[in-house]
Amino acid sequence: MLLTIKGLQKSFGELAVLKDIDLNIGKGKVVTIMGPSGSGKTTLLRCLNGLEIPGQGHFQFHDDFSLDFNQKLRKSEMLQLRRKSGMVFQSYNLFPHKTALENVIEGPVIVQKKDKQTATNEAERLLEKVGLQDKMDLFPHQLSGGQQQRVGIARALAIEPELMLFDEPTSALDPELIGEVLGVIKDLANEGWTMVVVTHEVSFAKHVSDHLIFMDGGYIVEQGDPKEVLEQPKEPRTKQFLNRILPEV
Amino acid sequence: MVEGAIKYTIPLALVSFVLGVILALITAVMRLSPVAIVRAPAVFYVSAVRGTPLLVQLFIVFYGLPTIGLTIDPLPSAVIAFSLNVGAYASEVIRASISSIPKGQWEAGYTVGMTYATTLRRIILPQATRVSVPPLSNTFISLVKDTSLASLILVTELFRKAQEIAANTFDFLLLYTEAAVLYWIICFLLSIVQELIERRLERYIAK
Repeated sequence: MLLTIKGLQKSFGELAVLKDIDLNIGKGKVVTIMGPSGSGKTTLLRCLNGLEIPGQGHFQFHDDFSLDFNQKLRKSEMLQLRRKSGMVFQSYNLFPHKTALENVIEGPVIVQKKDKQTATNEAERLLEKVGLQDKMDLFPHQLSGGQQQRVGIARALAIEPELMLFDEPTSALDPELIGEVLGVIKDLANEGWTMVVVTHEVSFAKHVSDHLIFMDGGYIVEQGDPKEVLEQPKEPRTKQFLNRILPEV
Repeated sequence: MVEGAIKYTIPLALVSFVLGVILALITAVMRLSPVAIVRAPAVFYVSAVRGTPLLVQLFIVFYGLPTIGLTIDPLPSAVIAFSLNVGAYASEVIRASISSIPKGQWEAGYTVGMTYATTLRRIILPQATRVSVPPLSNTFISLVKDTSLASLILVTELFRKAQEIAANTFDFLLLYTEAAVLYWIICFLLSIVQELIERRLERYIAK
């Protein structure tokens, strides 16, 4: 297991958003999280890299790094957690004052103190991989949504994370641009990246991911092989949700 | 009069503005801190400066401090008072500019591994600068004109020169109008500089 999560809880004030989450993320596995809005799926993802700090629970990484959220954590520990994963946001969140290439080298050069030339070569390779070799010197506002999201993916990959996190990466995109972003994510899955993807894309979940989690009301309601969960859901809540989002045949 | 402008008005405004903006940046960051003890002095400073007239502040520094044994020359006195004044007003501009940058930019900085300070410096401030140029230019232009108050603590800047000449020739209308035109010219040149800076900073914005 790359990461073992036990007893994760998170509240915003009085509102409990995550209630006792246990989850294992295997190395090289693609885990998709589905569920209605407000189910806690985005919060769970954000807890994985410390954008939200859990109230309780325990993270155990494969390399002996562990965090116990029942105790007060040091800043250095949060920073270490953050640097284990790369995050791709629903709204891209590219740095608007930097070109595509500058967005990608920012982490390696500023945080990891890599030599600028090395980082640039690496970034060019990543941008090529996401199909943007001819867009490297453009600013985000000169790119389409799909292109911006692909820069976002390259930026997250550039810090060489152990875990890639995707927060509804295609939800802000026009339908005809979704394919190009999902295609890139699929390639990463085939390369063996460990990924956690929050998405509503049923076909992506079914064909690309190894494990599907269905969340509702702050709990993991059902989990397992994506095909099984999607085709023969056991829990009434899962059935209800799938009936609503699956196109009528 | 032109001599007064070149020797005093312009340097006084420029130095006070630069020092004021540095002070403002520190104050703004303190005011955005989640820690109340860090916020408190910044809040007090801004409130005290904005709540009192600039002329009174100037008089406290130049005429008031000597009574407790702290005598400061006219020009440094003016620099101190104007910097403190600009610092308070500009800190509100900078604070608002920082707050106007979407939360997602902070998060994006954190997720590439940056600390709070690095994200502020590399990601937030460059974007906040663009937002703050027009209001900071306002502050600067106000400051240029406010430097005329330094005439009251014996700094021989533009307006004091005008007064001195007028005291001899009695050409009040002509001389004070000339002073007004000189201030106007300086401020006009400044607004051109503002325009150039804005254009340069807007190159990454969708038109």
